[in-house]
Amino acid sequence: MVTDPVAEVTRCLYDVMDPEIPFLNVMEMGMVREVVQDGDVIVIRITPTYSGCPATDVIAEDVLAAAKVIYPNSRTEIVRTPAWTTDWIGEEARLKMEKHGIAPPTGQSADKAFLLGKGRITPCPRCKSTDTHLVSAFGSTACKAHFKCNACREPFDHFKCI
Amino acid sequence: MTKAQHFEWLLSLADDALILGQRLSEWCGHAPALEEDIALSNVALDLIGQSRAILTHAGLLEGEGRDEDRLAFFRSDREYRNLLLVELPNGHFGDTIARQFFFDQFAMIRYGHLAQQTFDLEIAAIATKALKEVRYHAAHSAEWMIRLGDGTDLSKTRIQESVDRLWPYIGECFEAHPILDAAITSGAMPDCKSIELTWKERVSAVLAEATLILPTDDWKQVGGRNGLHTEHLSYLLAEMQAVPRLHPDAKW
Repeated sequence: MVTDPVAEVTRCLYDVMDPEIPFLNVMEMGMVREVVQDGDVIVIRITPTYSGCPATDVIAEDVLAAAKVIYPNSRTEIVRTPAWTTDWIGEEARLKMEKHGIAPPTGQSADKAFLLGKGRITPCPRCKSTDTHLVSAFGSTACKAHFKCNACREPFDHFKCI
Repeated sequence: MTKAQHFEWLLSLADDALILGQRLSEWCGHAPALEEDIALSNVALDLIGQSRAILTHAGLLEGEGRDEDRLAFFRSDREYRNLLLVELPNGHFGDTIARQFFFDQFAMIRYGHLAQQTFDLEIAAIATKALKEVRYHAAHSAEWMIRLGDGTDLSKTRIQESVDRLWPYIGECFEAHPILDAAITSGAMPDCKSIELTWKERVSAVLAEATLILPTDDWKQVGGRNGLHTEHLSYLLAEMQAVPRLHPDAKW
């Protein structure tokens, strides 16, 4: 018997992982904007990260499947406003990224200095050196840029600030 | 703006992104360096993603039950409303970069306005997201223009040739058209002249740094917004649409 479907569905979403960053769940990514009850339906509102992110469809399917286990009468809804931003990724998630070799987004997305990789320091997630350079603004997934550390010489991904 | 005009205008926005995205994806596995292969494929993905959202919106507005796939895969070249610029073959890497640079600057100005307007709030939401992505694209293509233009004698000659070759297709970006007129009157789009002025200012600044010359010839080739395309679009659509047309009821 589900007594509080909103809370229980919300709780189960912490187990739905981002398929491209499998150590982070969709709640940590800030992709689930809200879980609400509409009559006898539970509606989960999801915000896409990048327009062309191939993971978005998979995430929406995974979220729905997980929610339906708890509460069969669930559905997802895509909301575009406000647009997703890396500012919604919490401190804990940023630490997890770093632990897994991805330099987390630094600062706030409103700062445009990140665009050219200039005037902003992206420390190496391995050796923590601040002596790094941008190889390409486009990395292994839509959300990442490709960096290289000048100190330990290791290449690494940086989660772009958008 | 009537519903039909609104629909056609949305198609013009979606088709620019879809056709350029499809065209750029041809570089996947063929670009001169791994980083560029990834970059161009990423840009292609963003553009296709933007077009998907706009086509879905257009289909709902039309109310005839056409979804994004129906609109992408079951329209003929005559029903496509994209600029001729975006359907041109990729040419060499410099040609692709020059086209991308010209388009990115145009798209950035257009999305910038679309994000602010209140006539169509769904488009405003799509544009707000798209603008974040296009800023990255524009930074990438502008950097390459400078690197190639202000590079070796050979790279400079070749990128200048690319600029000159593409130039006749640029005018269409700023050409008045009935599809756009209704959108401009409704405040959904800025007028073509103001986009052109901003575009010229920004493009000139980058080309100056790249030591390249902006052509002054104002002859322009138009027709895309009317569905009168170059033959290149037909081949592109044939490749893009072949499977869904052969198996129209297939489930993916």
